[in-house]
Amino acid sequence: MLNQIVKLWLKYWYVFAEGLWGTLWMSAVSVFFAVLLGTFLAVMKLSRFRVLRWIVDVYLWIMRGTPILLQLYFFWIGLPKILPLELSDTTCVLSALIFNAGAYVCEVVRSGIQAVDPGQAEAAKSLGMSGYNTMTRIILPQAVKNILPALGSEFISMIKQTSLASVFFVPELMTAQKSVQSATFLSIQSLIIAGVIYLAVTSILTAALRVYERRLRKSECNA
Amino acid sequence: MPEKISIKTKSVKTKSVKTDSIKTEKRRRELIRVENLSKSFGQLRVLSGITESIYEGEVVSIIGPSGSGKSTFLRCLNLLERPTSGRITFEETDLNDKKVNAAKHRQKIGMVFQLFNVFPHLTVMNNITIAPMLEKKLPRAEAEKRAAELLDRVGLLDKRDEYPSRLSGGQKQRLAIIRALAMEPNVILFDEPTSALDPEMVGEVLDVIRALAKSGMTIVIVTHEMGFAREVSDRVLFMDGGVIREQGSPEEIFKNARDPRTVSFLSKIL
Repeated sequence: MLNQIVKLWLKYWYVFAEGLWGTLWMSAVSVFFAVLLGTFLAVMKLSRFRVLRWIVDVYLWIMRGTPILLQLYFFWIGLPKILPLELSDTTCVLSALIFNAGAYVCEVVRSGIQAVDPGQAEAAKSLGMSGYNTMTRIILPQAVKNILPALGSEFISMIKQTSLASVFFVPELMTAQKSVQSATFLSIQSLIIAGVIYLAVTSILTAALRVYERRLRKSECNA
Repeated sequence: MPEKISIKTKSVKTKSVKTDSIKTEKRRRELIRVENLSKSFGQLRVLSGITESIYEGEVVSIIGPSGSGKSTFLRCLNLLERPTSGRITFEETDLNDKKVNAAKHRQKIGMVFQLFNVFPHLTVMNNITIAPMLEKKLPRAEAEKRAAELLDRVGLLDKRDEYPSRLSGGQKQRLAIIRALAMEPNVILFDEPTSALDPEMVGEVLDVIRALAKSGMTIVIVTHEMGFAREVSDRVLFMDGGVIREQGSPEEIFKNARDPRTVSFLSKIL
């Protein structure tokens, strides 16, 4: 068995490597846009206008209350019908991942903003700073410190979530596993290889995140 | 009365500095007029019908027991709290008017908080320059030049590039005061500025406020420092139960209080 796995790896390692690359860039791109979307939603959710808060609530309700696989199908089938563009499968899947993760990032950003001492906003307001400047110059820079560790975890779970893209044969690690499996019929062996790669990547990222958090805590102690 | 000015802002330079006793206050320009101001938080009525005026150049102390509405009253003056009812007029502008830009209005009213609220992610210098640069479009060089002058006056010039985490409480509060002054407000509100300080740092902050008072700045200060209130104030307001129970010169309040609540409060605290 081990023998087979090693042989499989030596013969098809580049397929897995390409798949891993797909997984990594898709995760990075979706987290990046999910942060933009999530921050935007979080600011809306904290707005004093009820309509904006209500829109965000409905959005979160739908995105967090339905399975991501359903959302992926919905975007994959629906998006090309709504938009008059030639959309690749990758684009459709990425959009679904972004809109889904945006809902979770929204809550992360919102709680990060709310964890900033309300006295900070009051001080900025008392100096006559506009709401926009107060948010972008005073609140968000301080909220980032609360938000970054949670975004790290979001990135790690996104790496696992992108595996759903294999349902649509979008190139990433699980899709790579599928193609190796269909070429060799060694399903367990190729699954083990893919699993080890996932574990390695998530473990490295988790460790990096822990180091970062520890350093953050240390700098806070000095504060 | 000593007239040597150690802290001075542009807005008061041209105006006559207070020279007489408080008897002249009626002739002074009315800066803030509060009419029948009430504020409730849910069921809790914190202010019930306050009518009062603050005149240009005067130093007004607000004293009273905890929960008497002193801070809420102060916070209503720069719209950090929206009044439930009543009217606040600042320099002839009705602040209830929805068209009034709260941010623009607040630029003319400085505020200093009990817990300093300095910006921890900005250097001492940037704490002072951020608002004038963003909201008054002051060029950086100009803003920093003025900030350096202010820092020098409160003895913090050597801290200009430090972050607030390296400052003591007293230094943070002095920074907060000049940060407010950098916007050149017409009045400064102090909300228990020394209550969160270690005893040995109270003096350095009071010195700065005292100098500010002597420079002719209009000041409203909520404080538990009775000695200080007595020394610098032109007028003392005693608040209890959401209303101003009694007011007068420091002499009248501290020596000859008439209201039994004032008498009992002062007897406990002095």
